[in-house]
Amino acid sequence: MADDLKTWRELPVAMIVDQPGNTVEVETGTWRALRPVLDPSKCIKCLICWVYCPDLAIERLEDDSVKINYYYCKGCGICAEECPTKAIQMVEEGV
Amino acid sequence: MEVKVERQIRTGLNGDEAVAYAAYHADVDVIAAYPITPQTIIVERLSEFVHDGLLDAEFIPVESEHSALSAVVGAAASGVRTFTATASQGLALMYEILYIASSLRLPIVMALADRALSALINIHCSHDDAYAARDSGWIEFFAENVQEAYDLVIAAFRVAEDKNISFPAIVNLDGFILSHSIEPLYIYEGQDVVREFLPRREPIVKLDPDKPVTIGALALQNYYIELKRAQAEAFEATPPYIRKILREYSEFSGRKYDFIKKYMIDDADIGFLVLGSTAGTMRHVVRKWREKGRKVGLISLTLYRPFPVDDLRDAVKGLKKLVIMDRSYSFGSPYAQLYMDVAATLYDEPEKPDLINVIYGLGGRDFNEYTAEEMWEKINRPGVKKIWVGVRGD
Repeated sequence: MADDLKTWRELPVAMIVDQPGNTVEVETGTWRALRPVLDPSKCIKCLICWVYCPDLAIERLEDDSVKINYYYCKGCGICAEECPTKAIQMVEEGV
Repeated sequence: MEVKVERQIRTGLNGDEAVAYAAYHADVDVIAAYPITPQTIIVERLSEFVHDGLLDAEFIPVESEHSALSAVVGAAASGVRTFTATASQGLALMYEILYIASSLRLPIVMALADRALSALINIHCSHDDAYAARDSGWIEFFAENVQEAYDLVIAAFRVAEDKNISFPAIVNLDGFILSHSIEPLYIYEGQDVVREFLPRREPIVKLDPDKPVTIGALALQNYYIELKRAQAEAFEATPPYIRKILREYSEFSGRKYDFIKKYMIDDADIGFLVLGSTAGTMRHVVRKWREKGRKVGLISLTLYRPFPVDDLRDAVKGLKKLVIMDRSYSFGSPYAQLYMDVAATLYDEPEKPDLINVIYGLGGRDFNEYTAEEMWEKINRPGVKKIWVGVRGD
């Protein structure tokens, strides 16, 4: 990773970002302290978590079941808070 | 140098009006400003020029100086020519945006009618605001008189917008002493004349829907220091380009501009270094003192940032003593602001003059030939390093 970083001599002028849409490369999942864990047996496919996730880290699958994208999920816990069947539990990372 | 009066009009204006005419003649596209004494006349006149259809510009009356500079940052990012003006508390309110404008290499020109910072409330001249901007990455000029205020605003647009520079620039004019004093000066007949020196801006980067870029993103531990290193390199590479443009402007106007001005300094024993309108007072004083046999000379800075290190090292050669006059105070620092720049500039020189710091003129306290005589008496006391003049009690 560190090898990809540019030196100051290689940076674009005026501190611009000249490649739009590069936020997808930012692995915000490393910020997470609590990890949402889904119990599929309790999921009723209401998609409330999918609507509420502020980072689009809940992926909606063909059959309206959901999958958590841990590359982007920051562990805010909104999905677990909103889930009507308590199908999502927040678990401490690294434990 | 021959004064080229063709296509120039001899008139009388105060410093603020002269600055307003300069921005008008520079055909500025967007002005956002908030009125504050002693800068108010600048934006009043500009709003009249726009209202009367003389100047084809967007005039954005904003609710604060923070918004004024933010608005011109946005406008400048779109590639147009931008101008604002402020003073004192207004500059303080702009402070965070100063760094943003310079980091994003936006060539905004700002007139600063130098005024003391509160408290207590004062509307007259100190250089507190000019010094407050010194670390922010703006180019800073100081005008000695109304003619220079007019000329330097026009030159500042060329400097700021030059492709090899592309940094914002401040033109300082002493509050009231210049901003509200009517002086005779030459101004150009209009925009057509100035356009020959100052063509349309060609931005190095701009907001363009056909070629989208992000301006002002986030940079944390992995990039911020590289960005600042690059900014420092770019800023410190500007002096040769600034010099070239000032020379071109000297040719264009018939009035000589360079980084520093020297008066009777070459054979002097004691030099005085000053910013702003006090240079005129001190030139008079130096002439009078020479008649009394005092071997004195004067250096004044037209360019304050980037600091004209090489010019200053050269100018002080042979001096026994250099008196650095600060119209501000840096509480808790060993010396005031200009002194510390000069001390750092000369530290590595094998031979250098003894330095004395003089604090004068705060809040518009008059500095005249009587104050100068008091200064002369004080700087010749043994062992003196830092003194205040024109203050009751010392």
